[in-house]
Amino acid sequence: MNLALRLISIALLLAAWFAGSHIVGTRLFPEPQTVGLAIAQEARSGALAFNLGVTLARVVVSFTIAMALGTAIGLAMGRVPTFDQLADPWLVVLLNLPALVIIVLAYVWAGLTETAAIAAVALNKLPIATVTVREGARALDRTLDEMATVFHMSVWVRLRHVVLPQLAPYLAAAARSGLSLVWKIVLIVELLGRPNGVGFEIGVAFQLFDVTRILAYALAFVAVMLAIETFLVQPVERHVSRWRSRPA
Amino acid sequence: MHIKHKSYRAAAGGRLHVLGEFSIAVALGEVAALVGPSGCGKTTLLRIIVGLDHDFEGNVRLPAHGRLGVVFQEPRLLPWRTVEDNVRLAAPQASDATLNALFATLGLAEHRRHYPGELSLGLARRVALARAFAVEPELLVLDEPFVSLDAALAARLRAELVELVSRRPVTTLLVTHDIEEATGLADRVFLLSASPARVLAEMPIQHPRSAQTVDQLASIREEIKRKTSASP
Repeated sequence: MNLALRLISIALLLAAWFAGSHIVGTRLFPEPQTVGLAIAQEARSGALAFNLGVTLARVVVSFTIAMALGTAIGLAMGRVPTFDQLADPWLVVLLNLPALVIIVLAYVWAGLTETAAIAAVALNKLPIATVTVREGARALDRTLDEMATVFHMSVWVRLRHVVLPQLAPYLAAAARSGLSLVWKIVLIVELLGRPNGVGFEIGVAFQLFDVTRILAYALAFVAVMLAIETFLVQPVERHVSRWRSRPA
Repeated sequence: MHIKHKSYRAAAGGRLHVLGEFSIAVALGEVAALVGPSGCGKTTLLRIIVGLDHDFEGNVRLPAHGRLGVVFQEPRLLPWRTVEDNVRLAAPQASDATLNALFATLGLAEHRRHYPGELSLGLARRVALARAFAVEPELLVLDEPFVSLDAALAARLRAELVELVSRRPVTTLLVTHDIEEATGLADRVFLLSASPARVLAEMPIQHPRSAQTVDQLASIREEIKRKTSASP
């Protein structure tokens, strides 16, 4: 994307923020530079890095669990009609259970533990990943499957070289939407039952009516996720779809 | 005589009768061609032979290990792997020397690192041929491998196929609707009827492929035409 346009867009956003905070009042909506100072202060004390790290770790672990399980279950559901029919009602229940209910129940049943927190987040993300991968598994190319059968390819070779590349766009879609969903749910989980992390800090700031701190932590974490998207997700996507880049 | 053989009735969908009482035998190392009108069930027959279709009565006997090399009507390459990887994945045991020789014969040497999307149909077909030969098959199955290529290119690929087969004799089953192609490549031609397919005639072609003259081919074609029209 054009860098100049991006910069103009960010400048406009900052200008609108500045104007907005003067209209609403700086107590309810502090100016950009105030938030910037707060971020710097938290960074100096080490609290920012610690909380970001803790939250990021929870995001990574629950995201990985949800994607791995979701891919396996989605693949099985897409390939085996009986399993699809058996598991589909469960999927519908999970899809429609509010995130908050899952989190609260997890904490009630398993206590205010790390395991409960991670499980609750993963369980929220799982059905969406499953549904997306199932669509991909249903769209698998039969002719390539037959080719693999005829040439006696091993299960591993088939999975790695025949099936997964076909699922790649679906996995990418699930990962994209999943990452942003997961980090939002992680914040709620932290707010409700963890003694650290970005969500916990925002909860504290909420009780103190400290809008500056809320914005400081929110922005810092958005920056982290943006960096992950730019330096991790996009390069991986480019590598996986390299065969598409040069048409015949 | 190793592929001994099968008689079977296959039914697809609503018990549609695709193949009648049907049996063919091909000797080890022989190139056999199945010739018949389009839609007579040739592809169905091949799918049964290579084990992709199990819904049939009868039996199929393959050579001892049953290592198959198949060239489908479409190239069926993995678009996300390079030409070389496509071949290596199907034939992990193939040595570098074997692959080098194959790629050289088929004119693919400079395309090894290309992706299938960058190849023309003719090149993609060659990759499919290379893949089938790389597994060093005991049975090579070709389903109209040169269909929808222009005449000159098809002729060149046929010549390359002849070269490969003569270098390393392999029992081959070639399906085609092109009589010329069949007589040019095969040791034995089976003429099939329209659906449900039966064997109308079986004719060995004595002359070695390379030594066939235009006259001989013409007389064989005459005979084929006679047989096709004689039986309803």
